[in-house]
Order: sequence, then structure tokens, then C-alpha cells
Amino acid sequence: MKRALRNLLFYAALIGAWALLARLRVWPPYLFPTPWGVAEAIWAGFADHSFWIAIGVSMRRMLLGYGLSVVLGIALGMSVAGSRFLDQTLGGLLVSLQSLPSICWLPIAVLWFGLSEKAILFVVVMGSLLSVTISMETGRKQLPKIYSMAGRNLGARGLKLFLNVTLPASLPYIVTGLKQGWAFAWRSLISGEMIFVTLGLGQLLMMGRDLNDMSQVVAVMILIVALGYIVDGLVFKTIERLLEQRWGLAAS
Amino acid sequence: MNANFPHPAPQPTPDKSSLPIVHRKPPRAAVMVPLPGTPAAWPKVSLKKVCLRYRTNGSAPLEALKNIDLEVRSGEFLCVVGPSGCGKSTLLHLIAGLERQTSGEITINNRAVQGTGTDRILIFQELGLFPWLTVAQNVGFGMRMKGVPKPERESRIREYLRLVHLSQFKASYIHQLSGGMRQRVALARALATEPDVLLMDEPFAALDAQTRDLLHDELERIWAETGRTIVFVTHNVREAVRLGDRVLLLTFRPGQIKREYPVVLPRPRHLEDVHVAGAAREILNDLRAEIDKSLEAEYGDEARA
Repeated sequence: MKRALRNLLFYAALIGAWALLARLRVWPPYLFPTPWGVAEAIWAGFADHSFWIAIGVSMRRMLLGYGLSVVLGIALGMSVAGSRFLDQTLGGLLVSLQSLPSICWLPIAVLWFGLSEKAILFVVVMGSLLSVTISMETGRKQLPKIYSMAGRNLGARGLKLFLNVTLPASLPYIVTGLKQGWAFAWRSLISGEMIFVTLGLGQLLMMGRDLNDMSQVVAVMILIVALGYIVDGLVFKTIERLLEQRWGLAAS
Repeated sequence: MNANFPHPAPQPTPDKSSLPIVHRKPPRAAVMVPLPGTPAAWPKVSLKKVCLRYRTNGSAPLEALKNIDLEVRSGEFLCVVGPSGCGKSTLLHLIAGLERQTSGEITINNRAVQGTGTDRILIFQELGLFPWLTVAQNVGFGMRMKGVPKPERESRIREYLRLVHLSQFKASYIHQLSGGMRQRVALARALATEPDVLLMDEPFAALDAQTRDLLHDELERIWAETGRTIVFVTHNVREAVRLGDRVLLLTFRPGQIKREYPVVLPRPRHLEDVHVAGAAREILNDLRAEIDKSLEAEYGDEARA
């Protein structure tokens, strides 16, 4: 309660200071938007459906791209953890590739796929694949052997063993990586959309710039932050709570 | 009659009382004789000249088990004791099919063991219960893997939870249970797949004395009710005498069968019973020599000082 009050005061003060600065016209309005202008832009954006459409398009790309990189990352991480050869070769490459900002894959994506949905998916996948892979790999290595032995002993083998034992057992170890992967995917998507792809939140942001509409730029930025926050709070917090409840530990 | 094993209360059956309580060196054939009423033509579990060697880097291969010849009757409760490092857990892993012997043959119901199979379930020392599943889901896991249809699965889950007195905890997660309760979940999970043979690897080692006593009683009751064949590994000789029809002593590395001790004390037995203690002392004397060997291997010269 106290915390909520503190936050309320903090944001009220922040918006107040913003309003004051805007009122004083230290900078011209096309460089420094007013809070009411931004609020109006958010309202207008939802009213004429342009925000809804952008959210829909961006989320669809996220789900496809992130989903793909989770599946690929788990498969790749498992193989790297399971093979000494892959671990010593590909493992090192994966770690070093992590230092490459995902937007650097954009030129390749455009040359391979043109200005298309496939190109943006490629960038999103490349943005999150590595963190999912690496966390799956370390998770698999840390996983106590007893679970798979117990699973085999009870008649689980191959894919059944993987789906019913290895994967759920490693979830606490990889949830951090999945979360990080989501954040990376989100960043890659917005950057990609800003640079070349039609529709989506990134493009809406650039449209604001093209129209010199600072209110819209800030409105879309707020939207992007809010969406990230909601997904984190709804999806990942739920997973973490579930893990905590089942395993009886604070999920890492 | 063996002086070290005072006979307990007078036996009602004359043929039983004429047997010595513990054979010092029982003839092999005696073990093979089926009990009256057990028609099995072959032993439930049979090991013939089973050896296991581990390859090590550079030095000579490590001989974990050597020439194990063993037969377990259907419905028998066999206990295996030995110093740590004698390969008694490994022996269970081999029977379970989690590891493969270097040479020799292992059969269950006269069929050679090929990998794991639900005709024999191992209860691990660390239990290996699945924390992401509820108690009921843990118990049903083996059946689900086998493809037992859901209605039957659920009725069997109920049945086995009742058997281990955990019906009220079916929706709990593992971390919410005490050590003894977890132990019982593991037992129910193993029994629910209805294996012919139950393999237990020091299952009660981590429990406090009271809980362990209680679980001894329960295990004995469940064994009597279900008629399962049990191979029970422990380092606690008294526990072995308390539970087993027969106790097997393994030597320190390489693990070999040093001696067998049929336990012909009437059930239910008590851990604190003089006869149990007496029988245990006899085995313990033989075990001590092996423990000394294992200490020497571990600490070298320090052990002798």
C-alpha cells in the first residue's frame, strides 16, 4: 500500500514536472510534446484502430518469431549439451555470436528474403535464439541425472522421456533465458520494423517522426514499454509463480 | 543349531524348527528349492557370472562387480549389504537395466534384461520424485508412460495411495511432504506400475529412526499384501535382518558375494529384537573385514596408523 502510494506520487511528480516544462515552452512543442498532447495521441491512436492494428501485427510477429526460436533454441541447446564435440565447437561460437547485436542480421535478412515478413521473422529469431539456446544448454548440464534415470526406470524413453521429464525438469533452469529471449526478440522486432517493414509498432514510431508528430512518437514509446511490462507481468511472472509453487523454491 | 543365533520363540512347524536359523555356508541348491505353493519353474531374478568393469583413463580398468551368481525366488525379500564402494547400488542399476554388465547374464522371469523395463522398478536412494508433478501424477507416471487408459490409471492411483496412507495428499507437491511421506510416494509410484520385482537402493538411509521403523512395518505389510519380489540394498545390517528372508554380503571392490545368510526369524520382527541383533552381529563381524579393506583403499596408510 505504502509502495503503491509512493509510486503514485512519483509518477504524479514526473508528469507534473513534464507538464511544467512543456508549459514554460523551454523547447518548441514539435521537439518537446506536452502530456495532454501525448494522452490525446494515445486516445486517437486507439480510436482510429491504428494502434490496435499495429499491436496485432507486432504481436503476431513476436509469437511466430519467438515461438520458433524457443523450439529451435531448445533443440539446439539440447544437442550442444548432449554432445562433447558440439559443445567444444558450436558452443564457443554461440557464446561469441551473442555479442553481435541482432539488428546486424538485418542486411542478410533483406538480401535473402527481401522486404518481407520472413526477413523480420529472421531478425526476431536471431535476436532471441542465442539466449534460449545457451540457457537450455546450461540448464541441461545442471540438471540432476536422477530425473532422467527415474524417467527411464518408469518406462519413458526417447521423445517421451524428453517431453515428460527432461523438459519440465529443466524449466526452472531455463526460465531466465526464456525471459531474456523474449526481451531480445522484442527489441529486435521493434528495430526491424523501424527500419524497413510495413505495419507494426516500429513503423508507427517512424511514421511519427516522418510527420514531425512528437506526441505520436512518445505515445508509441509508452505503448511499447507498456506491452513489454504486461507480457512480463502476465506470462513470465505466472510461470515463475507456478514453478515456485510446485518446486517450493524461488525460481531463479 | 548355531550358538550365535539363539532360537526365538518355539516354532509351531516342526520342519522349520529343525532348520538352522542361519546357514553358515548354505548349499546353493537349498536356495533354489521353491517354497511350497510357489510353482515357479525358474527364479524371478537370476544373475549368472555377472561382471562389470569400468574403463578408466590410463590405469587398469576398475572392477566393480565380479562373478555375481544370484537367484531370487518369486516373492522373496532379499537384502544386500556391503561396505560402501562394493557395487551394491550398481548391482541394482544392472538389474534395472540402467547400466549394462560387461559380461554375464541377467534374466527376469527367464528373459534376458535388455535396457529398462517396467517389470522391475528401482526406488533410488534420492527417490527421484518429480517436483513438477503432484503426488497423484507422480504415482501415475509409470502407467501414463505405459499407456494405461485414464480411468484405470486413476483407480490404481487411488488404490496405491491408500496402500501407503497418502490419500489426503494426492494434490500436494513433493516439496510439501516430509521425508517419510516422500519415501511412501516413491514406493507407491514404483508399485503402481505393478512390477514383478521391486529394487530398493538404501531407501530409508536419510530418514530419522522413528520414521524408518514405521516404514519398515509398512514395507513389510505391503510386501505381504502384494506378494512382490524385493531386492533391498542397505548398509545397515540390522535393517537387512529386520526385513530380509535372506541377506547377501558383498565384498569390497571388486564386489563379489562373500556369503549368504538365510534369516529364519518369525515375522514381524523388531529392529531392537535380541534375535535380530544377534543375527546382525554375526553378519557385521564378516562385514567389518570388508569395511577395513575399504577404509584402507580410501585412506591408505592413515587407516593403519
